[in-house]
Amino acid sequence: MTARVGVITFPGSLDDGEAGRAVRRAGGEPVALWHAQRDLRGVDAVILPGGFSYGDYLRCGAIARFAPVMGELVPAARSGLPVLGICNGFQILCEAHLLPGALTRNAGLRFVTRDLRLRVENARTAWTRAYSDGEQITVPLKSGEGAYAADAGTLADLRAAGQIVISYASGNPNGSADDIAGVCNAAGNVVGLMPHPEHAVSSLTGPSADGLGFFTSVVAGVLA
Amino acid sequence: MSHVDTVSRAAAAPDTPQPFAELGLTEAEYGRIVATLGRRPTAAELALYSVMWSEHCSYKSSKVYLRQFADKAPPSSALLAGIGHNAGVVDIGLGYAVTFKIESHNHPSYVEPHQGAATGVGGIVRDILAMGARPVAVMDAIRFGAADAPDTARVLPGVVSGIASYGNCLGLPNIGGELDFDPCYAGNPLVNALCVGVMRHDDLQVAAATGEGNQVILFGSTTGPDGVGGASVLASAVFGGSGETAKRPSVQVGDPFMEKLLVECCLELFARGLVVGIQDLGAAGVACATTELAAAGTGGMAVRLDAVPLRDPSLGPPEILMSESQERMMAVVEPARVAEFLDVCAKWDIRSAVIGEVTGTGRLVMTWHGETVVDLPPGSAADGPEYQRPAERGADQDALAADDPAALPRPSDGEGLRAALLALLSSPGLADKSWVTEQYDRYVRGDTVLAMGEDGGLLRIDEATGLGIALATDGNGRYCKLDPYLGTQLALSEAYRNVAATGARPLAVTNCLNFGSPADPAVMWQFAEAVRGLADGCAALGVPVTGGNVSFYNQTGSTAIHPTPVIGVLGVHDDVRRRLAIGFASPAGDDGAAGVAGEVGAASIVLLGRTEAEFGGSAWAHVRHGHLGGRPPAPDLDAEQRLARLLAAAAEAGLLSAAHDLSDGGLAVALAESCLRGGTGCVVRLPGDPFTALFSESAARAIVAVRPGAEAPFQALCAEHGVPEASIGTIGGDELVVEGAFAIGLAELAAVHTQTLPALFG
Repeated sequence: MTARVGVITFPGSLDDGEAGRAVRRAGGEPVALWHAQRDLRGVDAVILPGGFSYGDYLRCGAIARFAPVMGELVPAARSGLPVLGICNGFQILCEAHLLPGALTRNAGLRFVTRDLRLRVENARTAWTRAYSDGEQITVPLKSGEGAYAADAGTLADLRAAGQIVISYASGNPNGSADDIAGVCNAAGNVVGLMPHPEHAVSSLTGPSADGLGFFTSVVAGVLA
Repeated sequence: MSHVDTVSRAAAAPDTPQPFAELGLTEAEYGRIVATLGRRPTAAELALYSVMWSEHCSYKSSKVYLRQFADKAPPSSALLAGIGHNAGVVDIGLGYAVTFKIESHNHPSYVEPHQGAATGVGGIVRDILAMGARPVAVMDAIRFGAADAPDTARVLPGVVSGIASYGNCLGLPNIGGELDFDPCYAGNPLVNALCVGVMRHDDLQVAAATGEGNQVILFGSTTGPDGVGGASVLASAVFGGSGETAKRPSVQVGDPFMEKLLVECCLELFARGLVVGIQDLGAAGVACATTELAAAGTGGMAVRLDAVPLRDPSLGPPEILMSESQERMMAVVEPARVAEFLDVCAKWDIRSAVIGEVTGTGRLVMTWHGETVVDLPPGSAADGPEYQRPAERGADQDALAADDPAALPRPSDGEGLRAALLALLSSPGLADKSWVTEQYDRYVRGDTVLAMGEDGGLLRIDEATGLGIALATDGNGRYCKLDPYLGTQLALSEAYRNVAATGARPLAVTNCLNFGSPADPAVMWQFAEAVRGLADGCAALGVPVTGGNVSFYNQTGSTAIHPTPVIGVLGVHDDVRRRLAIGFASPAGDDGAAGVAGEVGAASIVLLGRTEAEFGGSAWAHVRHGHLGGRPPAPDLDAEQRLARLLAAAAEAGLLSAAHDLSDGGLAVALAESCLRGGTGCVVRLPGDPFTALFSESAARAIVAVRPGAEAPFQALCAEHGVPEASIGTIGGDELVVEGAFAIGLAELAAVHTQTLPALFG
């Protein structure tokens, strides 16, 4: 049996192909999901990839959250389906209220592409089990609206509940609150992160192969 | 629309004065139009001819020279489509073909930096798409006035954000380019965008309207008044009453999201075989697309201009023809396939409209609500005038050549050499470019192997075999100012060498020729010399020119920019897993450039090529003395070829852990860059005069790091290829040490290198 991992393509999605490639590299079978179809095709997990859905002309992710496929995804995620949002996918998950907080313009007001050291803060989620708590990995960031923001109470709750999954370990590239690079929901099945692990699955085309663990985590979890 | 000028009205009122001069046409050109038509043109026809015969679209001042690219082209089995197409197409093996082209968007980027640069990216991407290829990467060669000039602080951030926002949102990795500064570009920044696309051989599309009865479909964005420069002049000067059309800026506004949908839509249309012919809409919009499709096909086309979807209902025929609204394409489709074509467009939320059909009349006829407003032979507009403008070597060339940099004071001790290197490394043209390149996504699509900071960009094309392509662009206005023939060959040599330094084999050339006004005989001489130099250089190197672009009028008043041909070279890499990168790195156990696990001992640094005392136009003379004079370095195309073959062979044999070409700032800057890139120092001993060894800019040179144990086979390979080699040191430590002269810690080197652009631009 092979884990079937859906990758949703919205108009303007860009890293859908790379997310699928990372799933295959991790031993899973990528399944293409189309924004306009209210159908998850029976997949075991779903990735919302990076990109600029609908051009990000409105608030990032604000239009994509209303796509027909989201009508299926939101209840499935609430029932425990593993869901990973990367960059624009993270923004969509926040807009869909599957994850707390929001992503705002980078502190420098410029798009930032940079290879970063990240720290795995919670290695118990559906998407981070292949790592260990405190492990440091190198993964690229590439975004213009990646500053994580939430009110003080939410940040304290996230910290207390272990919902901060990934943090920036060597300098804060975009002004994110508490150096937060990724968070999860209370159940740990829905994870969102701004850095791009799908671009760190081979040192030929990325800064490292450190990102592969996100994909092997979910593939192993589905089969367990 | 009673104000519309029809063909019958033109015949009935032959003496109506027409604003041809305001539209940029000469009296003689206007006379030629009247003679062709046998009557005065309608307003729509005048609009069409004026844009088709503009310098930008017709190449009327340059084409007598550009023929050399075809006439002198070396035999190449790799060329599938050459000059004259939207972009050249090159066979790279395994059934893959690659198409690439570079184009300028200089003036719009000065007027409105963000949108000007953004739409420059959009335009070149559509050129590549129209060939049938999937666009896979972009590069940008950008040049500005003095780095500390107030206007540069206005123009540069906007240009960079425009390139970034369009390319990033479109999902194309930016894999390199150039950034330079010189006061000569104040008021005339150069923004040259390159795009490369990949297809299978049989995906090649043609830009021709053939097959009587086939339908002409316009799809993509709606048509608005953006980019309509002269049409409002036309409307108000001749016919009055059109004053209700709001004046809008003549720089176009880009919508990269629409372009992303258009790319995916076109690729699906191609895959389903729904397209007979296709053309992108760029400069001159509908006028150019209809004229060129018809002229390249069977000649006849009937177009209903009132069927063009508009975003501003007040537009009339001249404005519709001239509009440069972005993100539009035009296709020729068999009638039986039209419904399926429109369905695919609808799937991608792309607006489409049948606006005409191919006819057997041999004439391009356009109607507006039933009345004929255009009726002309399309070839007459597509093949515009051709001028042999006066060209004469500038009066200042002799004085420039006589002003030899040998007279400049040179550093005589280690302290002076050290200071010179640090000054070069912190100068805006040679400083670390991260402030710019961090704004570009180099990762998207997942096939980027090398990108900015390296000698060339390198993309994986075929995952199974590692087949890939390398690309580099280079230009050097200072060299070209001293001698445009040699300077252009030096730019070609550097781009060729940069591609070779990745381990790839150079295959083909594109060019963007940035010059002043063609009305100035000294500029025309520079242009003629540059084209001759490039054509001769390509013939000597065995790489054909596959296409390019000319940008004239880059001047303010009577002062032209330095002649700045920017040359792009494409190479094929047999296996990108064996790529060469510039960084000096300790053995790390990683695959590829960082070394091989278990290696013992330090990699040795070998200098390839011959170094002469050549400082004319050098970075040292420019940065330390503000000097430009003498002769540029002598190109040596035969030596470039031997060096390139050596690097490809050494990469294939796995003998090297790094390679870096020598160019601006010579060996000194190259060593510093390799140390910083890999995070490892080096110790070198220099043969001969240390100043010449460090800062001369002799061509056909590179440094390589030879893997421990590979010294003897590499030396033998150098001998076999006839490349002079000198072992000058070893990699290691955390300092750049030039024995007997100076040592600089990597931390100081990095601080000096990285501080400049953030200090200037925030």
